Amino acid sequence: MQIEPRANVSVLRAGLAPIIAVLAALVLCSVLIVWAGAPVLESYFLLFKGALGSRFALTETITRSIPLMFTGLAAAIAFRAKFYNIGAEGQLYCGALAATYFGTGLVVLPALLMVPFLMIVGALAGGLILIIPVLLKTHMKVDEVVTTLLLNFIILLLVSFLIEGPWKDPMAMGWPQAASIIDEGVLPLLMSKGRLHAGLLFALAAAFLVWVMMRFTVWGYEIKAVGLNAKAAEFAGIRINSTIIRTAMISGGLAGLAGVSEVAGLKGYLTLDISPGFGYTGIAVAMLAQLHPLAVIPAALFLSAVYVGADAMSRAVAIPTYIADVLVGVSVLCVLISVMLTKFKIRWR
Amino acid sequence: MSILEIKNITKSFGSLVANDNISLSLDAGEILALLGENGAGKTTLMNILFGHYTADKGSISIDGELLPPGSTEAAIKAGVGMVHQHFTLADNLSVLDNIILGTENLFAWRQDLSGARAKLEKMAEEFGLAVKPDILVGELSVGERQRVEILKVLYRDARVLILDEPTAVLTPQETEGLFATLKKLTDKGLGVIFISHKLNEILAISNRVAVLRRGAITGIVKTVDADRAMLAEMMVGHKVTRPRLEAAAAGAVVLQLSGVSVSGNTPTPLLNNIDLEVCAHEIVGVAGVAGNGQSALASLLSGLTRPASGTVELHGEALGEVTPNLMVSLGVGRIPEDRHASGVVGEMAVWENLISETLKSSEISHGRFWIKKPDALKRTEQLIEQYDVRCEGPLQQTKLLSGGNMQKLILARALSSDPSFILANQPVRGLDEGAIAYVQTQLLAARQRGAGILLISEDLDELMSLCDKLVVMYHGELSAPFVPKQKTVQEIGLMMAGHRPETGQEAAYAN
Repeated sequence: MQIEPRANVSVLRAGLAPIIAVLAALVLCSVLIVWAGAPVLESYFLLFKGALGSRFALTETITRSIPLMFTGLAAAIAFRAKFYNIGAEGQLYCGALAATYFGTGLVVLPALLMVPFLMIVGALAGGLILIIPVLLKTHMKVDEVVTTLLLNFIILLLVSFLIEGPWKDPMAMGWPQAASIIDEGVLPLLMSKGRLHAGLLFALAAAFLVWVMMRFTVWGYEIKAVGLNAKAAEFAGIRINSTIIRTAMISGGLAGLAGVSEVAGLKGYLTLDISPGFGYTGIAVAMLAQLHPLAVIPAALFLSAVYVGADAMSRAVAIPTYIADVLVGVSVLCVLISVMLTKFKIRWR
Repeated sequence: MSILEIKNITKSFGSLVANDNISLSLDAGEILALLGENGAGKTTLMNILFGHYTADKGSISIDGELLPPGSTEAAIKAGVGMVHQHFTLADNLSVLDNIILGTENLFAWRQDLSGARAKLEKMAEEFGLAVKPDILVGELSVGERQRVEILKVLYRDARVLILDEPTAVLTPQETEGLFATLKKLTDKGLGVIFISHKLNEILAISNRVAVLRRGAITGIVKTVDADRAMLAEMMVGHKVTRPRLEAAAAGAVVLQLSGVSVSGNTPTPLLNNIDLEVCAHEIVGVAGVAGNGQSALASLLSGLTRPASGTVELHGEALGEVTPNLMVSLGVGRIPEDRHASGVVGEMAVWENLISETLKSSEISHGRFWIKKPDALKRTEQLIEQYDVRCEGPLQQTKLLSGGNMQKLILARALSSDPSFILANQPVRGLDEGAIAYVQTQLLAARQRGAGILLISEDLDELMSLCDKLVVMYHGELSAPFVPKQKTVQEIGLMMAGHRPETGQEAAYAN
């Protein structure tokens, strides 16, 4: 077997690749569905219906994609600079912590100011927590994959301590949760029915702004150059460490926004389960989007649809919801392989 | 009797025909030189022979037996051995370990170290390649490492030895040592394929020369019937003329280094107390074997590293904290050693690479933030035209450019601001003749305009023909400057190996 680069990549091929990859993932996962003893076509139909088949399903899918857009952007921008931030989960909780600290009565502003204020402090919290891993990387060459990953557990335990202890809401009938965000800080709903909230607008705006930054500004240029060829970037006079630190701040900030949007938009108060791994799924989103900020939007919607649809499917036929995790994982692998196949061809002999 | 027969090999990558119906034979006891410019197809052919690639058409046989295509294992078994230009040795293993690596049965219970050692020692004696089996490869000099590479190949009972640009890292004296070894090998009946683009070496060592141009053989001649001009013309396709240095009076001092030292991670400093002066209208060449501190000198003048002691003065003003931006803003044009690794970001577009050094200038960006893409594109189009960069346009991915055009792009970036000092580190390495002539002409034109140029090169011929003054670098120290014509190549070669002409004795270095 030999792998050879293709002379030129056609637009059709590049556009079709992810679609074929997703279909391939569905085919591969059907083996598991058969194994679970359920009919394949009906299961996939239920998955599709559960994700997109009704107004309720559709708003649920979109609602669930909001944090994934933020964490997907966080991973995409960091990975562009080859800063492998695996800690979006922790940064999300930092954003949620900041929103809870400032948003439960400490600061009271009119709604028009309160929501942006919470977004800003959440982003700052998410960014600042990354200071430790990023400085360890730039100054002592400590691998950021390890430090950002392990920081997740520290932050989760901190959240657990706070909502079981000092921040525990006495009105919560003993449940471990913090006090509710004041009304001025709550993200308004976008529709009268359902849970879809204004966090979506912030997420879409964030994707657009990141895209503009990557495409039109010196910062975006520096991030790309450092990620693609740090040596050449340094030779040209780009400061590698500053670029990585700045990128990490932006990445952590975006993940922090996911936390604010979940606490102030969806739940209204901080619990230990506001994120079922949105930080980690964000990495899959970024991979599916091939690190393109605008492509993060459909990628997040797709993965969200898989999770929401799989919930519905598992309720209807007896298949564990874990099939969603498998499907997401297989999809990401298939897309990565298909992207490689658009750039290279394999020769068998 | 021929031990190797290459018949009608054709290989294409997409629309590019890398090898076009190539036939060659190699006799036992013969040294066949394979001559050709970068991209002529030498490496592709050797990769097919060694089983890294499969040819589209054609066959290879060794001792009359057909070699299965695309199997490195089979090639090694049949007795093909390759010494790569960049050594493939593990620094942290001993010589013996490096040599036996990969020859042992994976599932064997124990190593037969004493048998291996005996075989190695016998071979070393037979071919006159003295090595110490237990020393770590990391402690060896470049010439010794090459010896280990050759032994590694011989240990696998190679009968066809391929050497890819073997002299690029050697001093003239070490090269002679290598040639003596090759003679011994051919006396024992081995066949050697010697890949090079250095004409004088090919004339000195080979029995026959096969010349490749654009994937096809343009001729196979007996070396005794060949001369330089003829080989050069066969290689390039037309008469070769390189620009010549015209006399010019040196101007004011542009760059002055006094007592500069740079320390690295090694016990000895990378640059040790060097003095250097470059004047306007002057090209100063730095000769030396690779790895003697040239990179440290280049990083220093590129603004990447700071001196541990001593002063660097540009136009009489001492520099403090150097950075690449500072150097660019002070009018230093920098041509890096490795254009792929540090010259350009291959995945970015041509226009993006042209602006990389001046991102925050007011011509390129509003408020050091918003890139003025239309302006940058216009400027890029101008420079593409002016520097004759052959590409599809400013938006093309830079890695798709040929080596020569990539270097022209770097020249455009470095020279368009009319720098007063130019650091040119290996500016023509790996380029074809046309591009070499272009780069050298541009450097000479810059000298004419009044720039001072420091030219670092491993090619003595290039330095002798382009430089007003030469210095020789050895173990981080610089010799006194001299006019190239006042010394012979042999004398300079001795200086490159650490001899000092003043005393006639080998310099005493701490290593």
